[in-house]
Amino acid sequence: MFKWRTEDFSWVDFTIDVLRVLIVLAVIIGSWNTLSSGRISFAQWVNLFIAGLSQGSIYALIALGYTLVYGILLMINFAHGEVFMAGAFSTVFLAEALNRTGFLNTQPMLSIILMILFAGLISMTVAILLERIAYRPLRGSPRLVPLITAIGASFFLQYTFRGLYGSGFKAYPQVKVLQGTVPIGAINIPTVQIFVFVSALFLMLGLHWLVERTRVGKAMRAVSENKEVARLMGIDIDWVIMFTFGVGGFLAGSAGVINGLFRPQGVNFFMGFIPGIKAFTAAVLGGIGNIPGAMLGGLFLGVIEAIGPNLVLAGLGIPGANQLKDVIAFTMLVLVLIFRPQGILGERLSEQKA
Amino acid sequence: MALLEVNDIHTYYGNIHALKGISFEVDAGEIIALIGANGAGKTTTLRTICGLMEPREGSVQYDGADISATRADLLVTLGISMVPEGRGVFAKLTVEENLDMGAYTRRDKGVKSDLDRMYGLFPRLEERKKQLAGTMSGGEQQMLAIARALMSSPRLLLLDEPSMGLAPVLVDGVFEIVERIKNEGVTILLVEQNAHMALQIADRGYVLQSGEMAFSDTAANLRQNEIVQKTYLGID
Repeated sequence: MFKWRTEDFSWVDFTIDVLRVLIVLAVIIGSWNTLSSGRISFAQWVNLFIAGLSQGSIYALIALGYTLVYGILLMINFAHGEVFMAGAFSTVFLAEALNRTGFLNTQPMLSIILMILFAGLISMTVAILLERIAYRPLRGSPRLVPLITAIGASFFLQYTFRGLYGSGFKAYPQVKVLQGTVPIGAINIPTVQIFVFVSALFLMLGLHWLVERTRVGKAMRAVSENKEVARLMGIDIDWVIMFTFGVGGFLAGSAGVINGLFRPQGVNFFMGFIPGIKAFTAAVLGGIGNIPGAMLGGLFLGVIEAIGPNLVLAGLGIPGANQLKDVIAFTMLVLVLIFRPQGILGERLSEQKA
Repeated sequence: MALLEVNDIHTYYGNIHALKGISFEVDAGEIIALIGANGAGKTTTLRTICGLMEPREGSVQYDGADISATRADLLVTLGISMVPEGRGVFAKLTVEENLDMGAYTRRDKGVKSDLDRMYGLFPRLEERKKQLAGTMSGGEQQMLAIARALMSSPRLLLLDEPSMGLAPVLVDGVFEIVERIKNEGVTILLVEQNAHMALQIADRGYVLQSGEMAFSDTAANLRQNEIVQKTYLGID
């Protein structure tokens, strides 16, 4: 820190250090103003924090897909937001049907599990087809090529699903048991937020078990470390790569259903874009390629997004602070890229991986 | 009939003609040493046999079948296992997980007893089975790489420079292990720069020179060969 004080002065280091000081100042002044004004009570902070955790766990589920694929292919699958959309958008019809028959409210648990499985399978299929058709033929080509292909695939998927289901918004039906709040101490927590957090946690534990304990999980780690040696072990690496895409897709599809039940504004063909970029931010935040990093990065981003605007921006007197949560999220991305490009848990990237 | 028969293979790296027509054979139960200077094509020969590279001309026959175009991961199930140059252990997997990966293609009951057998052969690995492989010393990693290759219960073991980067005292240990593996009935094709050690345990040897087979003989004769002594054994 403060390298510019020594003989080898550099304007880049100087600017970065000034930036660092300004950010710290802004955060301190903003927080001080907000906290001293007492505008937001402690219970409200806790509520914001928990809402942030719920939103963050959805980011985390999507971020895992980015990180799994990056870990194994060193490639950013920018169409992953659309994989999330595919599951969420398709399952809205299943949800409506379940709602019409009344099954959704008589058997909410079973219905939600059914919906998650259905969305997971749809997204998994999309992710696997994407890998098979768009990315596999490009393996070994310069890294810009699959990246551009991913962006193209992303548009292709958006407009395919627009063609399939139309361009309007469709809302997930309300599940009665998820309405209302649960009192914990003096604080009322919306039931749906607990549902989001707990189901995301289960999925993440499942992934952890898969990667750490199973034969195919070990093979995934082996392939991500050294493809050639993995092949010498008899591992069919094409199959493992496909499986990895499938797992990432399944998590994204489940996140789609969980998000649909959490966010009332509905789903459409373009819904994957913002969560996709946010989840990518979360993956970079945690250290891309690192599985616990993606989980942590997602939760972190969700909480920062919920608390940041109210704490810092409102305190600095910026109007409509709550609408600026996207600004906070993407500012975080820029800051992480400047100050800690390897992310929270990531290791310093070698030349080959950067 | 030979277990492995390499017939006039030509292998290229892009436009570089790395192997210019190499032929040799390995009989079941033998240790064959492949010696030569840096860049002579030793590693390329192993990579061509184990399926990581495909010869543009010529063929590789294993157990009577042509395997020239068979993928590396399928050859493991046929009983060919390779210890790659530079060991190639999975640094972020534990020792035991590395061994599990060695047995990836097997689903039989013998895996557990083979694991115990490896721990018997290399007690050091059992002490460190929960440790990440990347944290072990070079010698231990070499032991792990050999044990991992054996976990697929191969008939033919390809060893690429097992002594590379090891202290002399460890080199002796590695070659002792190689002899023990041979006594258990595994056929071994050994690539070495350390020709001195390789020719002591080998039955026969082949000498490669810039992608071509210079000559071959029994290991005992090669040790007495003037050219080999001068070029590879450092005896004047």
